[in-house]
Amino acid sequence: MFTRLKQNRRLLILLALGAFLLFCLLIAVSLGAVPISPLDIIKMTLNKTGLFHFTATWQSSDETILFLIRLPRVIAGSLVGAALASAGVLFQGMLRNPMADPYIIGTSAGAAFGATIAMMLPVSVAFLSFGLVPIAAFFGALGAVLLVYNLARVGGKTPIVSMLLAGFAVSAMLAAIVFLMVTLSSRTGLLQNVYSFLMGSISVSGWNQIIIIAPLIIGAIVAARFLAFRLNALSLGEEGAAYLGIDVERDKIIVLALGSLLTAAAVSISGLIGFVGLVVPHAVRLVLGPDHRLLLPAAALSGAAFIVLADLFARTVLAPSEIPIGIITAIIGAPFFIYLLRHTRREYAF
Amino acid sequence: MIKLKQVSFSYGDTPVLHHIDLLVQEGEMVALLGPNGSGKTTLIKLLSGVLRPTVGDIHLDGSILSRMKRRQVAQRVAVVPQQFSMPFAFTLREVVLLGRTPFLSVFSDEGEQDHRVVQQAIERIGIAALKERFFNELSGGERQKAILAMALAQEPKILLLDEPTAHLDINHQVEILDLVKSLNREQGVTVIGAMHDLNLAALYFDRLLLLKEGRIFADGTPEKLLTAETIEEVFAASVQVTQHPLTKSPHVVVIPRQSPLK
Repeated sequence: MFTRLKQNRRLLILLALGAFLLFCLLIAVSLGAVPISPLDIIKMTLNKTGLFHFTATWQSSDETILFLIRLPRVIAGSLVGAALASAGVLFQGMLRNPMADPYIIGTSAGAAFGATIAMMLPVSVAFLSFGLVPIAAFFGALGAVLLVYNLARVGGKTPIVSMLLAGFAVSAMLAAIVFLMVTLSSRTGLLQNVYSFLMGSISVSGWNQIIIIAPLIIGAIVAARFLAFRLNALSLGEEGAAYLGIDVERDKIIVLALGSLLTAAAVSISGLIGFVGLVVPHAVRLVLGPDHRLLLPAAALSGAAFIVLADLFARTVLAPSEIPIGIITAIIGAPFFIYLLRHTRREYAF
Repeated sequence: MIKLKQVSFSYGDTPVLHHIDLLVQEGEMVALLGPNGSGKTTLIKLLSGVLRPTVGDIHLDGSILSRMKRRQVAQRVAVVPQQFSMPFAFTLREVVLLGRTPFLSVFSDEGEQDHRVVQQAIERIGIAALKERFFNELSGGERQKAILAMALAQEPKILLLDEPTAHLDINHQVEILDLVKSLNREQGVTVIGAMHDLNLAALYFDRLLLLKEGRIFADGTPEKLLTAETIEEVFAASVQVTQHPLTKSPHVVVIPRQSPLK
């Protein structure tokens, strides 16, 4: 009975968060330079399934705006949010450090490094209708994480402290090289491009990018959910987890790989958006507790809703100009986070 | 049954244990004693399977420990270390539930049976009143009991202790060791514990192993082993051995190097 109650509670919370996310998506696609009524949006979407045939009470341009511009953007935003928040949960859980986020183990600097190199190349190569920049960022991120992992590896083990230190050192070095490249380059607009990549923005054109990235992100989150109980055991530390029958070195590699994949996939859509991977998992943990079996999916849904709302703000508050989304995530996120920190009983201990 | 045959271990180039031969039968209660650096903790880690012998094999009920999966080992062997740090706000019950980790598969969450085992472990250790409290907010002694309950939730045949009472007040030391002893006597759990307090070891354990510089220096009952000469040789400390007033087990009293000013 106890189990059933607990599982029902988990399911209810996730359903509620899912409903909230849907609500956010609906609001986000209806608002913009041309507002579209939520009712029309629902009708248009249902018509698309082929099962319904509502008569058009909207203009055909509305349909174009909805399906080719706004919907891809909010879907991309929710994928980015879900990916960054899940990666945050994975890294914080594995490193047992609530300060860890996707960026602390070198992912962000690696992505920036890859992206900058791509931006400096003389030609812009089209590749799978992706720009070259996201692909280079993706490999930069993965390369940096692998470098950090190998640097931190001593005698068949990877102590977490040395991973944090190696991550810090590699990030600092890569960031310096990025700025050196920007300083020395005579390319016009490079500084602007690097800057907007570093500030982050949800910019997708159509569905092509989403079709490639969505299965990666969703697949990685599902795989991570299977690791959730083992992440709980890892909270006791590597030694404690090993006593409980966990193959710590193997699980660390899996967690690291999934987390890097999620971060790199998000970065390839949006550039670097800070704060989400750090703060969303914290906030969810403060409210719902540290059990990764609830924390991981709840953080993914909350992260998605958070980015969708932040992106909505970013593009509507000062319309027609857009504010970089990273600024919004910090401005909305920080006060909310501080509020939670001061008003919940669940505290951190070191 | 645990059998070590010519087991040696080195951390890199630093040898820690040399040619250990040891046989522990089911249901025994064995204390490992020795000065810091004599290899007690390393031996516990070898027995738990998280470290592998550099040379030699450890046999657990006929299987070679280093060839078993971690999960299989954890279904039979539980470890209570000096302390665990827990960065997140898990409740005591959630921590004890972690003891079921070796029995859960990737695809299934814990079931009724697991909750029953957890509840029994919590009641056995006598911490039912604390079970919804956050682990981090408990006192050191309460936390150590929670860890003992977690180990119990593994339903182990062998319980390894690594100085489990090192950071505790005397009342909690006694409580923890009383609990361990009753598990040994009533449930037949084999107990092997690294201990730093000779008198507590003599009170609670039937068999003592004295380690010196990575070798077994002596092996036997407290009465046989705890003599002034042996302790002086192993610990390089001057002591006198008297008798515990109630149990008549040996009681070690240290002699200060400088005579106290009185």
